[in-house]
Amino acid sequence: MAIEIKMPALSPTMEEGTLAKWLVKEGDEVKSGDILAEIETDKATMEFEAVDEGVVGKILVAEGSENVKVGTVIATMAGEDGDVEAAPAAAPTAAPASVADAPSAKPAPAEIKIAVDPAVPAGTEYVKTTVREALRDAMAEEMRTDERVFVMGEEVAEYQGAYKVTQGLLQEFGDKRVIDTPITEHGFAGIGAGAAMGGLRPVIEFMTFNFAMQAIDQIINSAAKTNYMSGGQMRCPIVFRGPNGAASRVGAQHSQNYGPWYAAVPGLIVIAPYDAADAKGLLKAAIRSTDPVVFLENELLYGRSFDVPVLDDYVLPIGKARIMREGKDVTLVSYSIGVGIALDAAEQLAAEGIDAEVIDLRTLRPLDTGTVLASLKKTNRMIVVEEGWPVCSIASEIAAVAMEQGFDDLDAPVLRVTNEDVPLPYAANLEKLALIDAPKVIAAVKKVCYRG
Amino acid sequence: MKPATPRTKGKPASPARAAAVPARPDHNEEKPVLPAALYEASKEELLEFYRQMVLIRRFEEKAGQLYGLGLIGGFCHLYIGQEAVAVGIQSALTPGKDSVITGYRDHGHMLAYGIDPNVIMAELTGRGAGISRGKGGSMHMFSVEHKFFGGHGIVGAQVSLGTGLAFSHKYANDGGVCVAYFGDGAANQGQVYESFNMAELWKLPIIYVIENNQYAMGTSVNRSSAEDQLFRRGESFRIPGLQVNGMDVLAVRAATEEALKWVQAGKGPILLEMKTYRYRGHSMSDPAKYRSREEVQEVREKSDPIEGVKKYLEEAGISADEIKIIDQDIRKIVNASAEFAEVSPEPEIAELYTDVLVEQY
Repeated sequence: MAIEIKMPALSPTMEEGTLAKWLVKEGDEVKSGDILAEIETDKATMEFEAVDEGVVGKILVAEGSENVKVGTVIATMAGEDGDVEAAPAAAPTAAPASVADAPSAKPAPAEIKIAVDPAVPAGTEYVKTTVREALRDAMAEEMRTDERVFVMGEEVAEYQGAYKVTQGLLQEFGDKRVIDTPITEHGFAGIGAGAAMGGLRPVIEFMTFNFAMQAIDQIINSAAKTNYMSGGQMRCPIVFRGPNGAASRVGAQHSQNYGPWYAAVPGLIVIAPYDAADAKGLLKAAIRSTDPVVFLENELLYGRSFDVPVLDDYVLPIGKARIMREGKDVTLVSYSIGVGIALDAAEQLAAEGIDAEVIDLRTLRPLDTGTVLASLKKTNRMIVVEEGWPVCSIASEIAAVAMEQGFDDLDAPVLRVTNEDVPLPYAANLEKLALIDAPKVIAAVKKVCYRG
Repeated sequence: MKPATPRTKGKPASPARAAAVPARPDHNEEKPVLPAALYEASKEELLEFYRQMVLIRRFEEKAGQLYGLGLIGGFCHLYIGQEAVAVGIQSALTPGKDSVITGYRDHGHMLAYGIDPNVIMAELTGRGAGISRGKGGSMHMFSVEHKFFGGHGIVGAQVSLGTGLAFSHKYANDGGVCVAYFGDGAANQGQVYESFNMAELWKLPIIYVIENNQYAMGTSVNRSSAEDQLFRRGESFRIPGLQVNGMDVLAVRAATEEALKWVQAGKGPILLEMKTYRYRGHSMSDPAKYRSREEVQEVREKSDPIEGVKKYLEEAGISADEIKIIDQDIRKIVNASAEFAEVSPEPEIAELYTDVLVEQY
């Protein structure tokens, strides 16, 4: 009886990958643990091992095939009984293109139109870039122009980044400026802050912001407060960056949005970009800032591609929100991954005749309350979409700002669309229930528009 | 059970030892040696040590008085008894090149660095003329100009920060060394060991100075430390340590010279345990019930660091009159600083909102 060998999921967020190389051929005998193939994910090249003993039957996906969905049968293997005959006879292997063209398990989201960022001059060319590459490009560009900039963290150098964000930096800048640390967040956050006080421009990567809780004393008590406590004498120009928020099926300890935590602290700049252009332009601004910056990325966005302007030095202003979609009926305020959900909801609402404006806050501290209030004045209704807990959230803050400074513009209460108020569960169905999605946003919009 | 395979030739003494991987022979084979002789100070140097130590003592006594009068608020940790440590170490450093960072017991270090007593005292009283414009207070004082990086209120945080300063010295290749001071209490914080690990791994130019004044607030070293010989605390990171009589400024200076030689030769960090004693409570609000009056009195009588320098001065032929002139000068300086700190106005109201961020966004 032939065993089907399927494209494996090699990371929590992997949906497809490239079958880079077969290390066995049809008819080969393999033992458990032998390497069958090399598979490239968006994070790394992984070796794929045989689980069972047997003889390789038919190879169904040729090496070099890209975008092979997880779960696709890539080969068959005859079982221990040596029933090679049961395997189908050798046939020409599928061409790479045919796999790429195969319908995906999950339909790609429809192209959502995003308003042009007014920061980009008219006539600028754009190039499709992933958020991951945009972040890397930002660091590399700043490292080229400023010798004081260095990158430090776990697996940032030889491993090329736990999420591949620092890919290639070690090769270009060497181990003096791209530094692997032991697993010691509290220690290296403090070393980074001290180096910044000593005149350098550190970029400290946390493998995820969940681990930065080990280091939060150095971020808040040392980095954020020293300038004030020293009467403006001692600065701490540092960037703490890494993925934040829920990834996929990694459980409660690895799935938390720290935006509200850091945004509560005077002395810090907190940035949480959504698309690749903002990731690049704002990370460059963060590295140049003389203030300490907490830069919150999102693992689920790393692999998404967006248009990034082709400009020599694309730096965005910190503290400025961006209108992602203009509308007149209701304002959806969001940041980070929530922006994508808000834009998706806005498209669906348009079909029902509700014209939603979508604002990406981009910077959580200082908050661009001016842009939010101007939009409220226009639409008179506001929803905050936040992939995070509801209590003492950015959504709570926006609601307070709307109430205190925009009370007369409100035709309905400001509603918060946030994750459920529970630690993030592991089970797929419960996780989905706990997180925000477009239907939840749509339901809230209808409520404030007194529709449906 | 399978017996452990010996990794070295010959019969192992015990299975446990056989299983251990032997240390690499080439790694820190060389050890620094505690200098047998005291530092040979010139007459001028001895006078300067005396002057600085008396300045610290009188300044701290005055701060204690001002605290009692309600002019200094909050926490105020006095350095009385520990003067030889800061003065001995600071005198060996190169101003403008080497950097220093310490915890909250920081007044003495700043005075030893030559920072104006007026702006320190004015910070203690929370005045606009204070070194941190009145916004830091006793525990949060800095002078970037003097490469004095604070003044940190979280026990142990300055050890990681100091390791970062050492990183910046190495990165900039400026030949500077960082001295990171911390107490016997901070020596039990986890981030200290995280920092030790990276400092040795990257051979950073840093001298870790444990000011062992015997008590972490009210808990004695013996009650809080499984390894109470604190100079050994770097051993599992292969950081060598020296135990020094921190009550003798010449012993402190001699050990610092040795430590500087070690670090400047690129051999990585070194640890100095300064055995010292604080006469006053942990802070002004400490009733000091955890030790006897007799214990404090005995240290004062037998090993007071200032009395020690006085003896050296006498041996060097300095007259009692000359010493008296110094004492009078110091009293004038300290009284003037108290006067300055008292009459200086509080910060402008607008200062409330300044220095939160450097840039405008």
